[in-house]
Amino acid sequence: MDSRDQTLFLQEAVQAALDSGTPLNLVGGGSKAFYGRPAVGAPLSLNQHQGIINYHPSELVMTARAGTKLADIEQTLAEHRQMLAFEPPHFADTATLGGAIACGLSGPRRPFTGSARDVVLGCKIINGKAEVLSFGGEVMKNVAGYDVSRLMVGAMGCLGLLLDISIKVLPKPDLTAGTCFELTASAALRAMTTLSRQSLPLSGLSYDGRLLYARFSGYESAVRAALQKVGGDTPGSADFWQDLNEQRHAFFQTDSTLWRLAVPPATPELAVPGEWLFDWGGGLRWLTSNAPALKIFAAAGLARGHAVQFRAQDRTGDCFQPLTGKLQQLNRSVKQAFDPDGIFNPNRMYQDW
Amino acid sequence: MTSTQPHHSERIHHQVALHVLVNELKTCLPDSAIIAEPEALRPYECDGLSAYRCLPWLVVLPATVAQVQHCVRCCYRHGVPIVARGAGTGLAGGALPLDNGVLLSLVRLNRILDIDSANRLARVEPGVRNLAISQAAASHGLYYAPDPSSQIACTIGGNVAENSGGVHCLKYGLTTHNILQLDIITMDGELVTIGSHGLDGPGLDLLALMTGSEGMLGIVVAVTVKLLPLPEQVQVVLAAFDDVEQAGLAVAEIIAAGLIPAGLEMMDKATIKAAEDFIHAGYPEDAEAILLCELDGSAAQVDEELELAVALLAGSGASHISIAKSEQERKRLWAGRKAAFPAIGRLSPDYYCMDGTIPRRFLATVLKGIAELSEHYGLAVANVFHAGDGNLHPLILYNADLPGDLQKAEQFGGDILKLSIAVGGTISGEHGVGIEKINHMCMQFSTQELTQFHAIKRAFDGRGLLNPGKAIPTLSRCAEFGAMHVHHGQLPHPGIDRF
Ligand SMILES: Cc1cc2nc3c(=O)[nH]c(=O)nc-3n(C[C@H](O)[C@H](O)[C@H](O)COP(=O)(O)OP(=O)(O)OC[C@H]3O[C@@H](n4cnc5c(N)ncnc54)[C@H](O)[C@@H]3O)c2cc1C
Repeated sequence: MDSRDQTLFLQEAVQAALDSGTPLNLVGGGSKAFYGRPAVGAPLSLNQHQGIINYHPSELVMTARAGTKLADIEQTLAEHRQMLAFEPPHFADTATLGGAIACGLSGPRRPFTGSARDVVLGCKIINGKAEVLSFGGEVMKNVAGYDVSRLMVGAMGCLGLLLDISIKVLPKPDLTAGTCFELTASAALRAMTTLSRQSLPLSGLSYDGRLLYARFSGYESAVRAALQKVGGDTPGSADFWQDLNEQRHAFFQTDSTLWRLAVPPATPELAVPGEWLFDWGGGLRWLTSNAPALKIFAAAGLARGHAVQFRAQDRTGDCFQPLTGKLQQLNRSVKQAFDPDGIFNPNRMYQDW
Repeated sequence: MTSTQPHHSERIHHQVALHVLVNELKTCLPDSAIIAEPEALRPYECDGLSAYRCLPWLVVLPATVAQVQHCVRCCYRHGVPIVARGAGTGLAGGALPLDNGVLLSLVRLNRILDIDSANRLARVEPGVRNLAISQAAASHGLYYAPDPSSQIACTIGGNVAENSGGVHCLKYGLTTHNILQLDIITMDGELVTIGSHGLDGPGLDLLALMTGSEGMLGIVVAVTVKLLPLPEQVQVVLAAFDDVEQAGLAVAEIIAAGLIPAGLEMMDKATIKAAEDFIHAGYPEDAEAILLCELDGSAAQVDEELELAVALLAGSGASHISIAKSEQERKRLWAGRKAAFPAIGRLSPDYYCMDGTIPRRFLATVLKGIAELSEHYGLAVANVFHAGDGNLHPLILYNADLPGDLQKAEQFGGDILKLSIAVGGTISGEHGVGIEKINHMCMQFSTQELTQFHAIKRAFDGRGLLNPGKAIPTLSRCAEFGAMHVHHGQLPHPGIDRF
């Protein structure tokens, strides 16, 4: 057996934790340890569970162990001129596939080619009863049974330990090139709406408070035609998209709390004090602000979206949009359905589980 | 024909008399929304899988969310099971009624609540037909991408419940990739909003769980779908092949070359002939198989892709390649494809549509396997399917009036599903499990996995009143199915109680 297959070891570790009633803190590469509520429990490292199990470039599918480094996956894909189209942010060289899926974060390409949850086709997990279970598979369409694989995305490891994950990958475009426009925030939102409603090979649409950046990807002639059609200036920095995704852009260098709001893209500027950066054509709003959390959650909810306190000094309160009523009850019941004893990442997502 | 009953382990027992429930329903529902007379119940006895029938105990047709809520609460109070129904075009018996349950039809909740063109989304009631959304969005230059072949009839609520796909899902994804928010009513009568109008929602991704859950977790009463800008240009290429397997290989070649067409559909000789006779689409009738390859996007992009597609198809041995010269010709080529099922319906008294999905590199192998099985069982088969996704739809032709023919068709179907699983595929790509493939779930999932599914079900519907006996088999059903499997050395018939 492949020595990097740690399934049995991990299953024993979960069983031991169950027997002794010790909650576990699941750790991939630790690159997103800042995200969510503070981790409690005995650390269980998953980054030894490594390796690409299956990769058929012609099928656009890869199955890899959760501890496989994102960088390794991206390198293997690049050798076949393919990529992870959801552009997962790494935040550190140690970032793993499991962490990317558990956090469910997607980069600037997300509105145009799909999210982390969109590309997941199947997964193998250990549930809270220390059982190894497989859901979905390596095919593009699969409606046999509930879609547990996509439920795992963004669940912060609270439902189960991700062992192996099958994802859809995409061909790398021939050419990627961008343009930019100097605009006010409200004009930028309008321009992003106009661009999004056209048939253009968009792969990014962001506004950093001064410049609106549009990125196009595809065949060379198609990208050139798009650039010619929309006009604008050549961006000064070729690294803008990378810096945005990895939060190296100057906007993110702050001591204030960083918030992430997902809202309908044409939502007008929200009345919350702070600095804003728009991504996803307006659908994702980064905010640095010291306004009270409740105010920000309320503003996001009112806009029919939701907010996440992304980076903060104090993470003891709610980091994810608070849930109420039956929705809160359903979330709790689903957690119990997977992890009845509450051993996986307790309270990492919500205070009550 | 005998009525199809749930497996004894899946049957819900209750004591309430019909008139008692009806009287309670009438406090919030008009008489016209309640059907109890046998003759009027008849149209609801089956969905698109007509081999399975059961006259419902009662049909309720609410027209508002409050009426749905009232109906669900009445049923909950008395422990009466509910089966939701959209247009009834499902092909897996998901909307098959119960003789002691309520069939809750959502077709009267058919309003388009809002088209928000700036945010490129539409909020609609569950009974809105799939095609009606794109029609309403067209004046805004937008459309809803998933387009099942049944789109003129099927409802968005049914699409959500089945995670339906369509011709354009290769590039644009399934229902699950194209919806943002659902309002559902849980079995205890609570109204819950899941997801958001942003690209992701708060808490666990219950939207993923709801999509494809076959009416087992909640009743969908509103759906927010994503709309996409209509492409600037659309082109379709028709390629003919002298050999089915070669066409299968061509599909794998196209994807491997990094070209992702908007749609990539395949039809075999039997289907070509049937569709041609029915629609006169202009297909080459001497071909063993054709591929329809659609490309869409900006004009420059479509030009590039067209050139690449033609080169790839020629390189993989197509005997004839043509590009639609006009929008009418393009529409006609697709009309033949979309009418393929009814066209085959004209050839044979009955057909049984399978839905296995496999890795594309096994297309040629599995098509060959199906042809061999067809000989073995002595039943003809027509293939028309979403080739680009590896989603097969072999239509097994049979005659229900001939004794044993249906059973033979079901065995043939079961063997195709086994073949799909053997090459790493699944028993259902888009039609769902319903009653039809519930026994085959025991082949695809372990006891522990099924137990996990049951735990999810309980989290939403603790008393198991929503669509019992569908999609997820009980362990006792599997034990029986498994035991029979060992005993006879072959797959037994689904729906044992019928025989
Ligand atoms: C000719 C033909 C072609 C087809 N082509 C395709 C195709 O290309 N792709 C594809 O994916 N399918 C296809 N189908 C299958 C079928 O059309 C789809 O499954 C469709 O989504 C069913 O919608 P419906 O409104 O008819 O639902 P129904 O058949 O009425 O119900 C289907 C399931 O959904 C549940 N349900 C319905 N409404 C709700 C609701 N509001 N809340 C909760 N549960 C609900 C029911 O309980 C049932 O389990 C085809 C069918 C036919 C007859």
